[in-house]
This record gives sequence, C-alpha cells and structure tokens, in this order.
Amino acid sequence: MTKRAQFDRVSLAFETPKGRLNVVEDVSYDIDDGDFIAVIGPSGCGKTTMMSMLAGFQKPTTGNVLFDGRPVAGPGPERGVIFQEYGVFPWLTVKQNIAFGLTLRANRVVASERDAICDHYLGLMGLSDFANSYPKHLSGGMRQRLAIARAYAVKPQFLLMDEPFGALDAQTRSNMQNLLLRVLQTEGKTVMLITHSVEEAIYLASRIVVVTARPARIREIIDVPFGYPRDESIQERPEFGELRSYIRQLVMDEYRAQQAQMRPVSFSE
Amino acid sequence: MDGTGVRRFVLGLTPWIGAILLWYAVRWSGFVNISLIPAPHQVAAKFFELLTKEGLLIDIFASTRRVFFGVLLGILVAVPVGFLLGWYRPARTFADPMINFFRALPPIALIPLVIVYFGVDELAKLVILFYASFFSGVIVMYEGVSQITPLYIRVAQTLGANQAEIFRKIIIPLTVPHILTALRVALGVAWATLVASELIAAQRGLGAMIQNASTYFLLDVIYVGIICIGLIALIMDMILRKITARLLVWQDRAIA
Repeated sequence: MTKRAQFDRVSLAFETPKGRLNVVEDVSYDIDDGDFIAVIGPSGCGKTTMMSMLAGFQKPTTGNVLFDGRPVAGPGPERGVIFQEYGVFPWLTVKQNIAFGLTLRANRVVASERDAICDHYLGLMGLSDFANSYPKHLSGGMRQRLAIARAYAVKPQFLLMDEPFGALDAQTRSNMQNLLLRVLQTEGKTVMLITHSVEEAIYLASRIVVVTARPARIREIIDVPFGYPRDESIQERPEFGELRSYIRQLVMDEYRAQQAQMRPVSFSE
Repeated sequence: MDGTGVRRFVLGLTPWIGAILLWYAVRWSGFVNISLIPAPHQVAAKFFELLTKEGLLIDIFASTRRVFFGVLLGILVAVPVGFLLGWYRPARTFADPMINFFRALPPIALIPLVIVYFGVDELAKLVILFYASFFSGVIVMYEGVSQITPLYIRVAQTLGANQAEIFRKIIIPLTVPHILTALRVALGVAWATLVASELIAAQRGLGAMIQNASTYFLLDVIYVGIICIGLIALIMDMILRKITARLLVWQDRAIA
C-alpha cells in the first residue's frame, strides 16, 4: 500500500483576543491508497480543520501535512472536496456545473470528451433530466449529487468530504451512501470523510479515526471488519452493533468533555 | 396576449385610471381653487401642444441624454471602486467614512460650487449627475461585493482554477447582479437630481421647462414636465428590469 496522505505530528492553533486556541493537537496518521477514512468526533472539535489542512485551505502551526510525500501547499484538482454547504454554482446549469472543472486550464479536455464525461455523471447521479436546469430548481439531495458529480468529473484520486450527507433526510441519505459505495467500487478512489454519524462511519469506511473534544487529538483508530462491496445487510450483523455501541461510547465521552469546556470559550469562536 | 398577460395589463393599468379619477375628483370637489389644478385632459392637450409646437422632444432628449451619460460615467467609476472597497477590507476601513460623508451631501447643496468650478454648461450638469450616481452606485456595489461568500472561490480552487480563472468564472458572475442593482439605484437617484442639475441655467431639458414654467405660473406645463420625468424614469427602469431578468435567470426570486 502506498501512502497517499500523511498527518505528521500536526497541530493548529489560532490567536484569539482571549489567547491561544488550540484546534488540532499532535495528530499523526496515514491514509493509504484505496483507504476510506472516516473521521468522527463531537461537532466543533476540529475535524473539519483537519480536512481543511489536507485540502490546502489552512496550514498547520507545527508538523506536516503531506500529500504524495510532499507538503500540501494549497488546493488542487488531485484532491476533490465535497463541501458541507455543497457550493454548486447557482449561475450555471447542472451540466455547466459538472463541466466547470473541465473548462479550466489545469484539466482542460476537448469539447467532445467534456460532453461524454458530463453525460456519464449526469446519468450516474440521476440528473440527466435536469441537465439544463439551474440549481435553484434542485432539491437538497440533487444538489449534493451535483456537487459530487462536479468533483468527480476532474478525476481526483483523493476525495475529501465534509459531512456531505448531514443535511439530507434519512432516505436520501441512505441512497447517497449506497451510490457513493457503488461509485467507489467502479472508480477506486481514496476518501477522507468527516462525519458525526457513527452508523455512516461504520457503513462506509475501512478505518475510523475517533477524535477527542477540542483540541482534536486522536482518541483511537479502529479498523472496520467488513470488506467491500457492502450493502445494508451488514447493519444487521452483530459485529456492526457491537462496533456501533463501542464507538458511540467513545464519541459520547468526548461530546460530554466538549460540552464541559464549550461554555467558557464559546464567545471566542 | 394570453389570459395572464391581459390580467397583468389590466392590473397594472387600474391604479393609473384610479389616479386620474382622483385627480378629477379633487378638482371638482371644490376643496382647492380650480385654477390651481389643471384637469388631466387640459394637461394632455398641453402635452400635445408642447410636443408639436414647442419641441418637447428636444427637452426630453436633453434630459434623457444628461441622465444617461451621468449614470453611465458614475457607474463606470462606481463599479471598480465599489468592487475594490468590497473586496479588500482594509480599503473599506480607509474609505468608508469619506464615502458616507459625500453620499450624505444632497447634490443640490453642491450646485453653487459646481457653478463656480465648472461653469453653467453641460459639464456642470454632468458633474452633478455623475456625483449623484457615483455615490449611490458605489454603496450598492461594495455592500454587495463584500457579501460574496468565499465558498465558491474555494470550490473553484479545489477544481484547479487559477487566479485569472477565479476572477473570470466566479467573481464576475457573482458581481453582475450587484452592478445591475447599482445601475437601477443610480438611475433613480439621477432622475431625482435632474431638475436640480437643470436649475443651473439650462436652456432645454424637462427640469428647465418646469423651472421656466414656474416663473410664468404655467401649471399645466409643470404637470406635463413632471409626468414626463416620471414616465421616462419608469420606462428606463422597466428596460433595466427586463435586462436583469434575462441576465439573472439563475437567481432565486419570488417574481421573475
């Protein structure tokens, strides 16, 4: 297994008027090629910050974030990001949104190939009927699929997803999870998923990184004992239930720790 | 025209008919001296008389041209300035108090100074209208631009966009709505300022016409002038709204 991404003794702190705020503290782990890493922890603990450093939006205060062996210098098309708020471009049609990355100098392709790629993802994401609609006509789930299609179109080897299904209803959410598993099966990508749902983490990931209340440190790294392809039946398995109770307990402990420390610093955020 | 078209036309026309009826009602009620309120049909007759014999079209053209160029120049400068102020926070802290100071000054108050420095020709009127449209436009621009979320820029970066591509493909489309709003606001303010600018010894123009008419107490001419200003401003705004609707089909609006 080749190492794709590495967090090497990474810490990040902000200077605030009330003093130094440690967000991430001494985090080290590797993400191998083909891994599906889920990062789970109480909300506001710094897991998004962790992802944002690998995406290239923030730099660690100390330590190194490496991608393919080199320190991350900024965002780039080899690391696709699916944002929590989707960020579909409202002024472009669905098809133009998917084609956006392919019109950029960094990954320009000829028009015919661009059309072929767009059609492929329109079909895969069930958006063909809306190719020429504007995002204002799409539901939340469809916008989410559009954001995923747009990120996939430039063929990143690595996907960073920040609570991508958090805002969806239960049915759409489960549909999207299955779709993601299916797409990964055929396209073989490495994924880092930020989530606060224990079920989602176990159902999708090959490894789960449980992080502590702020500052985010690694509480435990857990290997998920299920292979791929997966389907919903694994959720009925006793191992699934045991793992779920175990991780839930860890996350609840950290959640309580977070609540206890949130009050005095909540204004400085 | 289909059913909804007819409905909208009738709905739009009703308040105008109402206003004319009210106008007649006030005139005939006896509350106001009848010689102080020319009847709508008298004003209409005056309108045709001015149009055919007195060259009303020249006045309309003179005023429209002043507003057009004043707004054009004002917005041409307001767009880049407003953009920079909205985009770079330090620039805003630096320029904000000064812009608000000048914006608060009514253009009419500046007329004596404008006469001293720019004379009484077209240039002076252009300066006043430029002033009015620049300061109203620049505020709309920078308020709008400063609210652009960095999310779309981040998305574009993760897809591989460079600085030039981010500007062309993200920032420009996000700025267009604010330019159009600035244009509409500036146009409104410029029409409001027109009469003031034409007080500066203008020979032609709707403001000048009203000014001259008031000297001779020609109430019907004043009414014609006022109605013309209102109508032209309305037509310009409607054209701009059509353009906006076409350019911004993607926007989430209650009314298309």
